[in-house]
Amino acid sequence: MPTITINNRQVDVEAGMTVLNVAKEIKINIPTLCHNQGLEPYGGCRLCVVEIKAGGRPGLSTSCTLKATDGLVVETDSERVKKSRRLTMELLLARSPNVPIIQTLALEQGVTDTRFSKEDNDCILCGQCIRMCKERMGVSAIGIFNRGSNRVVSTPFDEFSEVCRKCGACASVCPTGCIDISKLSDKEPNYLSSDWNEGLMPRKPIYIPFPQAVPKLPVIDTTACVHLNTGACGVCADTCVAKAIDFEQEDEIVTLDVGSIIVATGFDVMDPTPMESYGYSKFANVITNLEFERLSNATGPTSGKILLKDPDDKWGHTNPPQSVAFLHCIGSRDKNYHEYCSRTCCMYALKMAHLVKDKCGHETQVYNFYIDMRCFGKGYEEFYRRIQDEGVRMIRGKAVEVTDKAEDSSEEGLLIVRAEDTLTGKVLRVPVEMVVLCTAMEARSDAQEVARTLGLSLSADGFFMEEHPKLEPVSTPTSGVFLAGACQGPKDIPDSVAQAKAAASEAQSLSTLGKVVVLPMISYIDKDLCIGCQVCIDLCPYGAIEFDDLKGISVVNEAVCKGCGSCAGYCPSGAAGIRHFTQKQIFGEIEGILAS
Amino acid sequence: MSDEFEPTIVAFLCNWCTFTAADLAGSSRLSYPQNVKIIRMMCSGMVDPIYVLKAFLDGADGVFIGGCWPGDCHYINGNLKARRRVALVTEILKQFGIEEDRFWLRWVAASDGVMFRELSKEMTEKLKELGPNPLKVNKMIA
Repeated sequence: MPTITINNRQVDVEAGMTVLNVAKEIKINIPTLCHNQGLEPYGGCRLCVVEIKAGGRPGLSTSCTLKATDGLVVETDSERVKKSRRLTMELLLARSPNVPIIQTLALEQGVTDTRFSKEDNDCILCGQCIRMCKERMGVSAIGIFNRGSNRVVSTPFDEFSEVCRKCGACASVCPTGCIDISKLSDKEPNYLSSDWNEGLMPRKPIYIPFPQAVPKLPVIDTTACVHLNTGACGVCADTCVAKAIDFEQEDEIVTLDVGSIIVATGFDVMDPTPMESYGYSKFANVITNLEFERLSNATGPTSGKILLKDPDDKWGHTNPPQSVAFLHCIGSRDKNYHEYCSRTCCMYALKMAHLVKDKCGHETQVYNFYIDMRCFGKGYEEFYRRIQDEGVRMIRGKAVEVTDKAEDSSEEGLLIVRAEDTLTGKVLRVPVEMVVLCTAMEARSDAQEVARTLGLSLSADGFFMEEHPKLEPVSTPTSGVFLAGACQGPKDIPDSVAQAKAAASEAQSLSTLGKVVVLPMISYIDKDLCIGCQVCIDLCPYGAIEFDDLKGISVVNEAVCKGCGSCAGYCPSGAAGIRHFTQKQIFGEIEGILAS
Repeated sequence: MSDEFEPTIVAFLCNWCTFTAADLAGSSRLSYPQNVKIIRMMCSGMVDPIYVLKAFLDGADGVFIGGCWPGDCHYINGNLKARRRVALVTEILKQFGIEEDRFWLRWVAASDGVMFRELSKEMTEKLKELGPNPLKVNKMIA
């Protein structure tokens, strides 16, 4: 194992490591601009120079390209090194005086101004983009053209590149952010947006789904990953210190034997796009309740600031709104969409109204357009009063339209919410900057499939149906399957928690008992009548009937039989029957009905 | 009381769907004709043809079997067995002069109380058109 000396410190290193990497490991800071762990060393920026004292050719050398050979002695902050870095920074500052990272690095080196004449060129020719495109993406869509002071990064002939995939890898490594990928190719870039942030933020093909994900591990979007689709890239695997990235990994279907199942599949949020009158996805600042929730969240796209969306920038936000309208019952309590009440919107709309007042300032105008305020829970009515005292305007009347067609100058450039105030009988036009649609909670689109798989039934609104609305609100017709949360109907957090705890204890009581109660309505086969034809054996969907070769008759396994009566309905000799549904009993019922 | 003919319908309903739907119709205060007399079965697949014949021979004007929608059977496929059996029984009934329209098999989901009410009404209306059980009219049974 080679040993080198950095700043008078002896370090054992692995063969083949560069001095820069060794310094990084022992926490010695060396500034770099053109270095990227995933790319081949380039030695272009000259910032990472160190002074070789012994064990090599004495003098300055770039540490990113300098191999740590045995006996090497280097210094990373000698006067000579500092002087060289200052000169480099002055030159860079002259080329790109307006780039923040250059300004910061210059300050770190104690350089505040430059002696050279200033240009205004954001590209520092570090070549990271070119190396990324060539080495990692295997494309070489961009390169360096011209010579000397005329060198530029561009596509061949400055024309749109045919080979560019518009993956954006070049822009993602550019330290100064000077690459505009729209100039590289006319292809449509495949923007990836974060589902967790309701599409308000971009995300990479490898990402941690959300900040509190359990386990907190990154996942790879197989449809977008360059390595999985073209075999190139693989930067993540090379740079991962723990070597944890495995491209061979595939989705697994795990089969588990369990005693009970709790269905907690949740709900879908209704997409308000088809309700054209509200202008969702037409006006940038008509947003849904969940988008608002992400905006106001500290880990969201604006770090918790409630800001207006920039109509010209896909990911951009501008100023805090000066007026916001919350439109209740979008898709709920509406015969055209869902007749039911989504139960949560009144309260979260009040909460959001409070957040706007709190975060954007008290002078912000907040309007709530509602049909009825349903503040039924503990402390809810009190909260409603508090919000009214904060100056939130409550307008009783469902909004009918959001438009940008101004009727006078006061409405210019704003979104106008039209509604009837049913308390005064007047039709209103309320100009606001932001409109939040409180969209309906609806059954998940795959609820039908889940219901089929687990033998559940759906109520008319599409949510799973409980066994009994009053007495069995958690269990289902299939024994051992329980419901929890909004998959059974719209509910808020406390209600979901209560139902989930009930479902958990129902499941636990089954396993604690170690016994299952079976309905008494199961099949029997009269051994004196059975002729041994065995038709019932084929009919039984559970395989609960076996043939007794010795006696020549069919026998029911009572632990397996579910009591469907397929056997009893057919049995030609009348030997098979169902307890409590015997022929005598049914005949009795028929006679009773027809005697009257 | 009017002299209008009031048919008697014997309805064999699956416990998991149509019977629940009938229950739902009741608890939702949906009224349906009292001509429909319900017998609870655990599955439409356990309706023995003999029960249908018995009902007609005892003077019922119509028989209704309610089961789960195909694919939704609580017992995997009892409703499909019922469908095959009903097709056969219909042929037998025709030979006795009992019209096809007196013997109905319908799928009703547990949540569909409204559909149960509509079917009850529809079948009652149909039987009012058809008149009493032909076996009774021809004095083949008492």
